[in-house]
Amino acid sequence: MSHSSPEALAAQACQELDDLLKRTTPLTPKERIAITAQEMPTQDPAIRRRNVQEVALGYTPEQARLESLRCLQCRNAPCVQGCPVRIDIPGFLKAAADGDFQGASTIIRKNSLLPAVCGRVCPQETQCQEHCTVGKALKSVDKAVSIGRVERFVADLERETGGAVAPTIKPATGKKVAVIGTGPASITVAADVRREGHQVVMFEAFHKPGGVLVYGIPEFRLPKAIVQKEIDALTGMGVELKTNFVIGRTRKLKALIEEDGFDAVFIGTGAGLPKFMNIEGENLVGVFSANEYLTRANLMKAYDFDRSDTPISRPGRVAVLGGGNVAMDAARTAVRLGAEEVHIIYRRTEVEMPARIEELAHAKEEGVIFHLLENAKRLIGDKDGCVTALECLRYELGEPDASGRRRPVEVKGSEFIREIDAVIVAIGNDSNPLIPRTTDGLQTTKWGNIIVDETGKTSIDRVYAGGDIVLGAATVILAMGEGRRAAASINERLK
Amino acid sequence: MNKILDRTQLSDDVYMMRLDAPYIARERLPGQFVILQLDNEFGERIPLTIADADPLEGSITIIFQAVGKTTHNLADKQVGESVQSVLGPLGQPTHIEKFGTVVCVGGGIGVAPLHPIVKGMKAAGNRIIVIVGARTKGLVIMEEQMRALADEFIICTDDGSLGRKALVTEPLKEVCGRIPKPDMVVAIGPPIMMKFCAEATRPFGVHTLVSLNTIMIDGTGMCGGCRVTVGGQTKFVCVDGPEFDGHQVDFDNMMQRLKAYRKHEDHAHKQCHLDAELRSKESITP
Repeated sequence: MSHSSPEALAAQACQELDDLLKRTTPLTPKERIAITAQEMPTQDPAIRRRNVQEVALGYTPEQARLESLRCLQCRNAPCVQGCPVRIDIPGFLKAAADGDFQGASTIIRKNSLLPAVCGRVCPQETQCQEHCTVGKALKSVDKAVSIGRVERFVADLERETGGAVAPTIKPATGKKVAVIGTGPASITVAADVRREGHQVVMFEAFHKPGGVLVYGIPEFRLPKAIVQKEIDALTGMGVELKTNFVIGRTRKLKALIEEDGFDAVFIGTGAGLPKFMNIEGENLVGVFSANEYLTRANLMKAYDFDRSDTPISRPGRVAVLGGGNVAMDAARTAVRLGAEEVHIIYRRTEVEMPARIEELAHAKEEGVIFHLLENAKRLIGDKDGCVTALECLRYELGEPDASGRRRPVEVKGSEFIREIDAVIVAIGNDSNPLIPRTTDGLQTTKWGNIIVDETGKTSIDRVYAGGDIVLGAATVILAMGEGRRAAASINERLK
Repeated sequence: MNKILDRTQLSDDVYMMRLDAPYIARERLPGQFVILQLDNEFGERIPLTIADADPLEGSITIIFQAVGKTTHNLADKQVGESVQSVLGPLGQPTHIEKFGTVVCVGGGIGVAPLHPIVKGMKAAGNRIIVIVGARTKGLVIMEEQMRALADEFIICTDDGSLGRKALVTEPLKEVCGRIPKPDMVVAIGPPIMMKFCAEATRPFGVHTLVSLNTIMIDGTGMCGGCRVTVGGQTKFVCVDGPEFDGHQVDFDNMMQRLKAYRKHEDHAHKQCHLDAELRSKESITP
């Protein structure tokens, strides 16, 4: 795929929009479908491989309007059914098509608290855009209306032009709510509960708030300044933030209710326990969990070699095990840290890869090498205990498994050696055990996820939970949806 | 922000600091540690054991050796200045109960984290044998505090400048050979010392607890950088530890992992000394 320059894309969009605006008759569905699907302007791959700035540059106003004009305004709005928080998608696209970007933002904000974040990191191709009639008509989900890109555009414009109108906060109720964690689920709860006039205190174990949005998702995909703005909006609403405070250790969860006077608690601590493959050699030097690698690079700013005190491995050949978004993030981070070769090793094929199409495409453009139907069997080290090679096995696809994906089956006797200098394990996360272990009576599944009822309430009175700690590793938008639900229950409980 | 309430230099490069940390002081138990960071933008996060705490004053005491950039910069801080981030108390507390006779072995700066455990074990009614070791006399810390708690006190140095000229494993073996043998050993110090303490007690079958200090980032189970192999299984020092059965720990793997960033650390350390030199030169230049 050749790279189109942002300038060329902008000029084409100006011309096409101009022509459309000259018309006096309304556009027919057929004409809407014929409008050029707007490509996202991006940094040139050769240049962005060496920087951490955002890859996707965002639409121009003309591109946003053109893309919105592609929407057929379907009466049954199948896209809305695909959205976990049920944003009025045709509504906001109509406003955007008319050039009323502020109006579009207001419509989105009725349901979503983090449009600038979700516009960037939502897997739209399996949510709203999967159901889009335009995509169906053009027989490709890639050709669906780029709902997420328009969402991002209006959210960015709003932020850059003074920010969203601060929500009104009801008079103080005298009630107090503790929110544990500061990721997407917790941000949502804090905002929704604060609006009802309750006092809100957020607790964060790290020195900076934002959770996975700051330690996990890289700067080149989600600039940290955007996350900080969302946090600033919360503190602006009067939400109190305590960093370097880990509930379960610095203070027990029950003490918050029994001694500190909190009327309700929300647990949004995420899926923070990296999975390993349990194969030989996994504890060799040079083997990292994706969490560790990304935290060093993102939160601890190890990419800033001169200023950051946190070191990071910058070896020649890096292998990333896994095929999800985190694997793509780790691989693309390794590229930026100067690795000579970055290999993604995944035991199924590209079709089964859980990573977003866009992330996969970006990784390829940046020179990441994919090895499909292949998996590590063991890791081999030298006399100093440093990893030097992977012993890999080839796989083929067999019958579908419980997840509906064809099961990878190893090809007996296909072992071979792949020499590498570092390995990043990106095969997922389990739930962090810190709170369940230190809180009597908090029920969890056998995988360690906190069990909640349909209102988001846990087995302990006044204690609610949501996001990845309940769902297992999922998405930002689902975490936000869970947060919404728990916040509504908390607000109801405190009436 | 955690204010520095007190700062004492214990030996050449070992410092003791009391920090304002009311929540940590209230919750902490022997065996637990904190993660400290001097600068939230570009600083690194390092684990340090809590040597003592005063819940009434709301303070904790840390003892550290200036070995890397962060510990050097921390050592340079004065009373009244602050540490930007202190997170804790982290890790599982030491399991303290009446075991009978407990041998507590502290090597070098390991005496600092050992001290609260000795205190706890003593209070639980155990007979305490303390073995303190260091390379040389000048590196022995907290001798008086440890002596005061011990029913039997043995001190040794590698060069014989104080107490017996021996490694701690020597008196440890002797004590384990007594009849009846001790009920438990707690050994804290450099990894190599803990490894050989575990080897020394293994033939006697005395349960030996060691406290590991590995590379960490978050300290809450999220990164897995601290993982060690214990009994063939991967464990996280931050949430499963820091204390483990010394007979089960793969010390060689742990020591290799500790060296992962040695080049980077050496460079930062050198730079640190150059900067300090430069500063002292600047301050004498009129």
